[in-house]
Amino acid sequence: MAVMRRELRSYFVTPVAYVFLVMFLVLSAILTFFVGDFYERGQADLQPFFSMQPWLYLILVPAITMRLWAEEANAGTLELLLTLPLTLWQAMAGKFLAAWVFVGLALGLTFPLWITVNYLGPADNGIIVAGYLGSWLMASTFVAIGACMSALTRSQVVAFLLTALACTVFVLVGLPQIVDLFHGPVAGRLVKGVAHLSMLRHFAAISRGVLDVRDLLYFLLSTFGWLLAGVLLLDLKRTR
Amino acid sequence: MIETDQLTRCYGNLTAVDALSIRVEPGQVLGLLGPNGAGKSTAMRMIAGFLVPTSGTARVCGHDILREPLQAKRALGYLPEGAPGYGEMTVREFLQFIQHMRRLDSEADYRRFDDVVQQLQLEEVLDSSIDTLSKGLRRRAGLAQAILHDPPVLMLDEPTDGLDPNQKHAVRRLIDVMARNRTILVSTHSLEEVHALCNRVAIIAHGRLLADATPAELERRSRYHGAVSFSAPGSGMAQEMLGRLPQVAAIEVDPLDGRTTVFPKPGEHILAPVQQLLREQGLEVSEIQLESGRLDEVFRQITTSACALAHPEPLP
Repeated sequence: MAVMRRELRSYFVTPVAYVFLVMFLVLSAILTFFVGDFYERGQADLQPFFSMQPWLYLILVPAITMRLWAEEANAGTLELLLTLPLTLWQAMAGKFLAAWVFVGLALGLTFPLWITVNYLGPADNGIIVAGYLGSWLMASTFVAIGACMSALTRSQVVAFLLTALACTVFVLVGLPQIVDLFHGPVAGRLVKGVAHLSMLRHFAAISRGVLDVRDLLYFLLSTFGWLLAGVLLLDLKRTR
Repeated sequence: MIETDQLTRCYGNLTAVDALSIRVEPGQVLGLLGPNGAGKSTAMRMIAGFLVPTSGTARVCGHDILREPLQAKRALGYLPEGAPGYGEMTVREFLQFIQHMRRLDSEADYRRFDDVVQQLQLEEVLDSSIDTLSKGLRRRAGLAQAILHDPPVLMLDEPTDGLDPNQKHAVRRLIDVMARNRTILVSTHSLEEVHALCNRVAIIAHGRLLADATPAELERRSRYHGAVSFSAPGSGMAQEMLGRLPQVAAIEVDPLDGRTTVFPKPGEHILAPVQQLLREQGLEVSEIQLESGRLDEVFRQITTSACALAHPEPLP
């Protein structure tokens, strides 16, 4: 699809893409080895790597999604794009896919970790593949949030901050520390309900290599939901 | 064909376009003329499908912009105001992107690509990125983008704004060539452009259609229409005598260059009598001209009286 190809190419004409890829790789290595106790665990798996992924996406995904719509609105090319014969959905899908594929590329480039694990000991590669797929799936929700927030504003900085904020909320909402902040009959139940929306909770199983249909569905539906919100926002902006 | 039907657009309390109904047929070049902020761009953005009308609608080649937006967009070539383009792409990449988006992938489409590039003299900058182009080149790239699919309807928002006289001429020639079997809507605030380009003019101010006529018809509304102006040194005596001619309504002398303008009474032709009188007086006339009317004067007259209507102010 032409939109996706154009977006992908535009990542690589600026140094931003390379800075991002390097940062992603360096940070994921640091988090895995130093924060995630990769060696001390004495197990040949990538769980420390995967458990750090949400935190990494939290900072890095907003950086690549912030420009998707905001830049076009600012440069005036939005008028050009939206007067070409394509639907808002197609445009949104193209932009989303470009950013998602780009994150996938960054994720794929962490393959030396996989090789390292296999070198260190007998690893369950099935679990690792599941982990990679799960992580990429989780990234789709992050990217969709970013695409929606970028449609909201013509300022990339605002888009970045809003995306980071929204992602933080959805990651943190399931942490036991947060849930414990609220007790009492009403608030407690409410928070427990909301906690089901947490990405951490749904990713936890995946990062251990357990692919549960409910978790997959959660990420797919939330991705769709955020993209839908983005399309509706764009449509709303055309009427006011 | 472009038709707008009571097209209206409000921003909060401000009505940018107010029940605009126009109809442009194939072969016509309609100049949408108006002061800045008159609603020209807003109207075009609605027809192009970028903005949604508050009420009313428009049709492009019979396709309603609200019910069949994709068909309408396919029939339309549109140059937005300021000719936006993806800065990091080269002209070639940019035009290829548009080709992909419009699914232009036949042999004829590729030939058309080369033709358009040649017509707009973009060969030399095909591989420069759009960010580095001059204003004129960028505008030409924008035009290329708009005509790449050979659309039956073309809509250009200030296509020659910011171009130098040579570039303006080139763009106008191109539009002229394309006009033959197409419907073209051009917005401008330059009167010169209307003269050079359009066979119909719609004047709008405050979002309302104030006049819809040919340039010649508009000129006829000017008080200069049918006036005779001449330059002749030492014509002070003659002026007095001219004033006594039965066909003459008034005489004005430009304080800067001393040029005399003689205004006729309604329906009178004064060129012959004026010439005769000047000859009788033995004046050396260096230059004499029958005026067809001044568009700028008509434009001012129409748009400022509309302002007065929109914002009635007590006279001091």
